[in-house]
Amino acid sequence: MSRSTMPADKLAAPRALAACNAGRSARWCPGLDGSGNSSCHHEIFASACEASGAAVALALALDGWHHRPCTKASEGEDRRAVLWVQTREAARLTGRPYGAGLPAELRHRLVHVLARRPEDALFALEEGVRCRDIAFVLGEIGGNPRALDFTASRRLTLAAQRHGVPLYLVRLDAARDLSSARLRWQVASAVSAAPRWNGQAPGAPAWHAELFRARVHPPGEWLLRDEGRGLVAERLADAPDISPHAISA
Amino acid sequence: MPPRRILSLWLPALAMDRHRLLHGPEEADRPLVLIADTAHGPRIEAVGGPASEAGARTGMMLADARALCPAIATAPCDPAGDRAFLEKLAVWAARWGPWAAIDPPDGLLVDVTAVAHLFGGEAALVTDAHEAFERHGLAVRAAIAPTAGAAWALAHHGPPGSILGPEDACGDGPLAGLPVAALRLEGEVLTVLRRLGIRRIGQLSRVESGPGGRDAIQRRFRNRRSPAVNPLLRLDQILGHAPEPLVPVVPVMPPLVQRRLVEPIRHRALLDRVLGDLAEEMARELESRAEGARRLELGLWRVDGEVTARSLEMAAATRDSAHIHRLFGGKLDDVDAGFGIEIVRLRANWVEPVARVQGDLEAGAERCGTSLSACIDRLAVRLGEGAVSRPVAFASHLPERAQRWQTPLSPEPVSQGELAFHARPLKLLDRPEAITVLYATPDGYPQRFRWRGKVHDVARVEGPERIAPEWWREKGGTRLRDYYRIEDQVGRRYWIYRAGLVTDGRGGLPGWFLQGLFA
Repeated sequence: MSRSTMPADKLAAPRALAACNAGRSARWCPGLDGSGNSSCHHEIFASACEASGAAVALALALDGWHHRPCTKASEGEDRRAVLWVQTREAARLTGRPYGAGLPAELRHRLVHVLARRPEDALFALEEGVRCRDIAFVLGEIGGNPRALDFTASRRLTLAAQRHGVPLYLVRLDAARDLSSARLRWQVASAVSAAPRWNGQAPGAPAWHAELFRARVHPPGEWLLRDEGRGLVAERLADAPDISPHAISA
Repeated sequence: MPPRRILSLWLPALAMDRHRLLHGPEEADRPLVLIADTAHGPRIEAVGGPASEAGARTGMMLADARALCPAIATAPCDPAGDRAFLEKLAVWAARWGPWAAIDPPDGLLVDVTAVAHLFGGEAALVTDAHEAFERHGLAVRAAIAPTAGAAWALAHHGPPGSILGPEDACGDGPLAGLPVAALRLEGEVLTVLRRLGIRRIGQLSRVESGPGGRDAIQRRFRNRRSPAVNPLLRLDQILGHAPEPLVPVVPVMPPLVQRRLVEPIRHRALLDRVLGDLAEEMARELESRAEGARRLELGLWRVDGEVTARSLEMAAATRDSAHIHRLFGGKLDDVDAGFGIEIVRLRANWVEPVARVQGDLEAGAERCGTSLSACIDRLAVRLGEGAVSRPVAFASHLPERAQRWQTPLSPEPVSQGELAFHARPLKLLDRPEAITVLYATPDGYPQRFRWRGKVHDVARVEGPERIAPEWWREKGGTRLRDYYRIEDQVGRRYWIYRAGLVTDGRGGLPGWFLQGLFA
């Protein structure tokens, strides 16, 4: 267990509350730094009958990775690995990652972990975010297992924040339970745009994504597209304004 | 490199000792023999002390022995059980050296090269071996010599506990006085030698160095290729001039550290403490050789003769004692200490060179995160061997065969580049799932299908991409596959295929399967 102490709850002081409200007014858009403290732990809810959960998680992760701040350490070639953790049940439902279908930059750095139980998957996720040689961690867990409660998700958030490794947890066919994830998404596949040369064929993937909980962003809905030049988001509608205490993730 | 030292252990009364351990001591007035049934009636295979005094000999027919001593008691001998017992003993005898072998039918060979100092010298080692066997109620004769043949000869025919130094082997050393039977020759060859008047090994070597010398013996045994019937070959083996295939050459000794405990351990906390000490010692040992361990073996010798072994394989060579300690810690939960553990030994079976680097301190790991190899090791220990893997490409047309899983951090095999125009799904199901086609267009692909109880209307489609079966590998009746990339009415993208054609004559109507999920 990482023994980090969280910065004192910002919502406590009135001035911090104002700052937080000001921060929240910054709308989410692609290209936000993925390794910042504010967006270290994403949760993506999706159906198990489609690959949209893992696909959006990968798209968000790659987006964050491409826009990571340049530091001295990252000047050389980034050779860090990518950890993909699946429970056996998730692998049975939605299949395992297929190398030839992955983005080219991930093909040779993927390390796959198949966990028998959700507890093992959580252990693997935590070990992954504590490792300095891993660019980001992607997890897939089906349903609402007992092991994945608020304490467990809080633990993951703290470890991810402490070590700066983003964690994208895909929840397959799960109810929106309590969680400390900084951004929580509900995604589904959307009709793709017609490709240029063959109007009958499926085009570049598109997803409908709803951000329903976030600490620093207001909720909203987007149509995400990945057309090979990075993530493009088209805003659909604002979520109705809700009271601030419901927003704290 | 230190000279080879081999410890030979001979259990002269193995069968009788084992029978006594299993069934209790024999009765005082009824001498016991072990018999085997042959075509000519029961034959004596092993005799104990009292039976031997009464006149019974190994190889005698039971009827003859009964004539000498009518009170003889019999029990069936059990060569298979003796052999299994000997194998178990060989594992146990590895406590005196890293490598032990069976020397059938009733002996053991242990390679004690460069480990005698752990026991306080070779004499102390031999004494230790005698005492250990005595504690278990087994008679033994032990000897140490530079070659397996010499050690065998001394154990069987030399004075008990004899030790042959590295230089004594040649010339008129202690070996010269031994009978030629010490050369491990077959009976008929011994008869020939006896008729020639050669009874001692010394006489044989004197003939060899005399006029005509080696050629004379060589001519007589020119047709004998096997060492067991050629005294010259045996003599060379004893003197170390000819290699003996029984003993493998061990060019480098694996790093080995051990603790012999005055008070046998029975509790986990103490074992952890000892393990921590051993891990540190092993780290120092590895550091002095500029190596890191890939596979480690932990042996626990119990007081009652049981041996427990735990092995550990790591993704990358390491000599981080804390890491080794932690990984082993997870494997010791089910160790049964019994009456206590008296020897704990850690051995690195597989080492790889690792340059000296600054140590990765635990505090550093807490601050900067762990390294990838440490992370993978922890995952593999907790989740099992096959749980952590990475996908690598394999030369095959079939999608499920074109990807294999191998251990992470091992080098990726060379593979041909992918064709860029082949669209492949993000995820592949473990096995293709059958779908029910509700309505298909005349040109082949389904317009509406049911999968996992839900109906999907196909809105967009691309295909077919035809993948033929691999005829060099599969049976002739395997059907081809036509793959379609489809998108349904709400945008879910799948990879489906039809197995076979209506007209291919390889079965009934072709089935439809869903194999992959696109992003």
